[in-house]
Amino acid sequence: MTALAEDLGGIVGARHVRVARAERATYAMDGLPTHRRLPDVVVLPGSREELIAIIRLLAAHRIPFVPRGAGTGLSGGALAGAGAVLVVLTRLNRIVKVDPKNRLAIVEPGVVNARLSAAARPHGLHYAPDPSSQTACTIGGNVAENAGGPHCLKYGVTANHVLALEVVLASGQTVELGSPGGEPWGPDLVGLFVGSEGNFGVATRITVRLTPLPRAVRTLLADFMALRAAGEGVSAIIAAGIVPAALEMMDQSCIQAVEDSVYAAGYPRDAAAVLLVELDGRSDDAVVPEADAVVALLKQAGARVVRTAADESERERLWQGRKKAFGAMGRLSRDLVVQDAVVPRSKLPDVLDTIAEIARRHRLVVSNVFHAGDGNLHPNISFDATDAAVRARVEEASGEIMAACIAAGGTITGEHGIGLDKLRYMPLVFDAESLGAMQAVRRVFDPEERVNPGKVVPVHACREWSGRTDPGRKPGVDHPRAVARGQPVLSL
Amino acid sequence: MNILEKVRALLGEGALLEAGIDRVPRIAPGSPDAVALLLGTAHQEGWRVRIEGAGTWLASDAPADLALTTRRLDRIPAVEPQDLTATVEAGIGLDQLRQQLADRGAWLAVDPPGLAGRTLGSVVATATAGPLRQGFGPIKDHLLGVTFVTGDGRMVQSGGRVMKNVAGYDLTRLQAGGFGAFGVIVLVHLRLRTLPRADVTYVLEGSRDDLTQVAEDIAAAGLTPAALELVSPALARRERWVLAVRLAGSPQLVAADETGLGAATGGGGRFTALRAEEAHGFWMRLAEGFAVRPVTFRIGSVPTASDELLDLLQHQVGDEWVSASPAAGVIRWSGETSVDRLQRLRRTLAGLEAPLTLERAAWPVRHAVGHFGAYREGAGPLVAGLRRTFDPSGALVVATDGE
Repeated sequence: MTALAEDLGGIVGARHVRVARAERATYAMDGLPTHRRLPDVVVLPGSREELIAIIRLLAAHRIPFVPRGAGTGLSGGALAGAGAVLVVLTRLNRIVKVDPKNRLAIVEPGVVNARLSAAARPHGLHYAPDPSSQTACTIGGNVAENAGGPHCLKYGVTANHVLALEVVLASGQTVELGSPGGEPWGPDLVGLFVGSEGNFGVATRITVRLTPLPRAVRTLLADFMALRAAGEGVSAIIAAGIVPAALEMMDQSCIQAVEDSVYAAGYPRDAAAVLLVELDGRSDDAVVPEADAVVALLKQAGARVVRTAADESERERLWQGRKKAFGAMGRLSRDLVVQDAVVPRSKLPDVLDTIAEIARRHRLVVSNVFHAGDGNLHPNISFDATDAAVRARVEEASGEIMAACIAAGGTITGEHGIGLDKLRYMPLVFDAESLGAMQAVRRVFDPEERVNPGKVVPVHACREWSGRTDPGRKPGVDHPRAVARGQPVLSL
Repeated sequence: MNILEKVRALLGEGALLEAGIDRVPRIAPGSPDAVALLLGTAHQEGWRVRIEGAGTWLASDAPADLALTTRRLDRIPAVEPQDLTATVEAGIGLDQLRQQLADRGAWLAVDPPGLAGRTLGSVVATATAGPLRQGFGPIKDHLLGVTFVTGDGRMVQSGGRVMKNVAGYDLTRLQAGGFGAFGVIVLVHLRLRTLPRADVTYVLEGSRDDLTQVAEDIAAAGLTPAALELVSPALARRERWVLAVRLAGSPQLVAADETGLGAATGGGGRFTALRAEEAHGFWMRLAEGFAVRPVTFRIGSVPTASDELLDLLQHQVGDEWVSASPAAGVIRWSGETSVDRLQRLRRTLAGLEAPLTLERAAWPVRHAVGHFGAYREGAGPLVAGLRRTFDPSGALVVATDGE
């Protein structure tokens, strides 16, 4: 890789190429501690032109590469193994344009999510998708993963907010997808690209929709003495036709972790669960009656107390506890697996019972903090990864949780993506034909499968689709199929 | 054996419907598996297949060896009012679906152009949203997943039945607005809403300029109407242009928006509230108005360009039958025009970053102009590659790109 590193240094400057092992180790993991891969070279382009030159260089040598944002992902999706180059996009961090009249912004992929909202705020606008990592994660990463967040219940996920993209394909060719108004020029290639986890190329310029800031907000905290009752409260709100801006649930284990941390929000420690419900709108006239209706529904479902945030600072405190819950859980043990699955909302109470039973059986601590309004669960397993026996139990419990969610009519990820972590579950939700179709689509964008190899589609489980690649050509390093065949989980 | 005999042997007599006026055999498979069997055979035999729904939107006139109609795929395997989801076969008529959902207190918040019996599959495949796109987004936002059959008879699932899902690539969004170029949609998983308990429509007549300003004031006031539609006089059957505002939701929300509407537009007295049956008639006429003239297309742009684009349409093709969602930046046009004018208009609009999608026209126009056709840098080869992937022998007769 020395010659390659020199060539990359010629494009971006030697100080933006990392070859020393200690430097590369910084990039060996993302937000999920159960996968670790050491890239051969890390390169950080500082401009669109540098990025394109890098990708063209890698194309000429047929070297696989992995695009990466801030590395806050939770599926092992932005890891590059041996033979692959990690292209880190955090220096591409310009907000190119904020257009308040048309409520859109054009950004580079390395712009941090919260920074975009801050830039839009003076215009009375914000970027609605708000993953818990929004103070660190990048818009490019959000696009790759189709990121969600608490307020996606009302405002939609990333895919609902991306209007147009400029993309560099693996070949180095640039492609323009979508239009500033959101209408596609043909089939919806923007919609296809969002959530493709880097497999289709690298977005160099992203046009996003901005959303007016709500003028009135009510934030409620309801506590319950039974998890099931909280789940029923969620169902009651949805069934009443009320669409809160956010509807989040935390169980007792999570509440206590938060209250023991610097993020303590004043959640009642003895509650089996709390619901954080936010309603927003144009005016108090619109929001207050709905908030009153929600309070009545929650009490009817068995809420002990429903408290309304008195002011903005209390609201922020309640939200800080929720958004920093994953960090707070770091106190519980050395390692944490943040799981992600979705079930029909009406199945939440049953599935939560099942998850508790799985945790008991495997003698594991599972804390739940999740987007209840979407049915998007995040069972988090706290454990010590240095203990092989515990790791095996975590592995088994994770599989059983996924199986339970699928059996309930759900799916294996709502916002974290497949990456490496969920590859093995893909055949549980898609048949071989459908996986083969995905693989064939990927080859339209990247015939050699060099961008982020071995992620999303477990190639061995696909039914072959004919004639899209030249079998005589093999990528130069680290053939992706070889990566996909490996056992990626718990590779610490 | 000729085609009819082979299809009869394959799917049974019940799948054969009366041919249309062009005598192309019309086949109505009774299940998704039957669609896969038919298309797999068509692929092997080299038959060219045109896709039809109820035949109320796109003319059944594409040259083909057989017509595959989805009209027997009209079941509703699941409606889950508690979860606000439904799984529906693609050939069901929207009117029938709406009624079945309403009986369970659920609502599919789409109001596409077309006649009442238009199929759900047709709406999804052509991504033809109506005025409700203002409040509830384009067609793709209502889809949780689809199952489709490729041109060579493979059955592919995409997405799922839950509210959020990022497992695998989003082939659902490729199918929504793909005009059937990437397969035949057979099953659709839908995101529903609760039936609004309050649903009111206000109209204001005036000059286009004045109403455009009022629409801007409404958007600037932060109101979030379900629909905010600027309609040409002929289409609205009024003397002057009409701005129609639809508010739908809980009674409290609608009441608050009614107050806001008055405040934003200098006094509520300017608007006229329509009675429920008048409102129903107004929106229905608007939808049907786009299904009866020879050509219909849509243009998408940034909201601030809407007025300029309406001027452009007025000069190039006339603006007799036009409806626009100015805050969403979408304009729909209907009328009579030539291939040459359409091609010229598309080129002009491309320079203004405004894609023109040809929604309805006779086959010679579709074939010459294409539903799509003004791809940006590098996108054309991707579309062609996807087409080859999902329809390797070109069995599906779809005018994607024009000549």
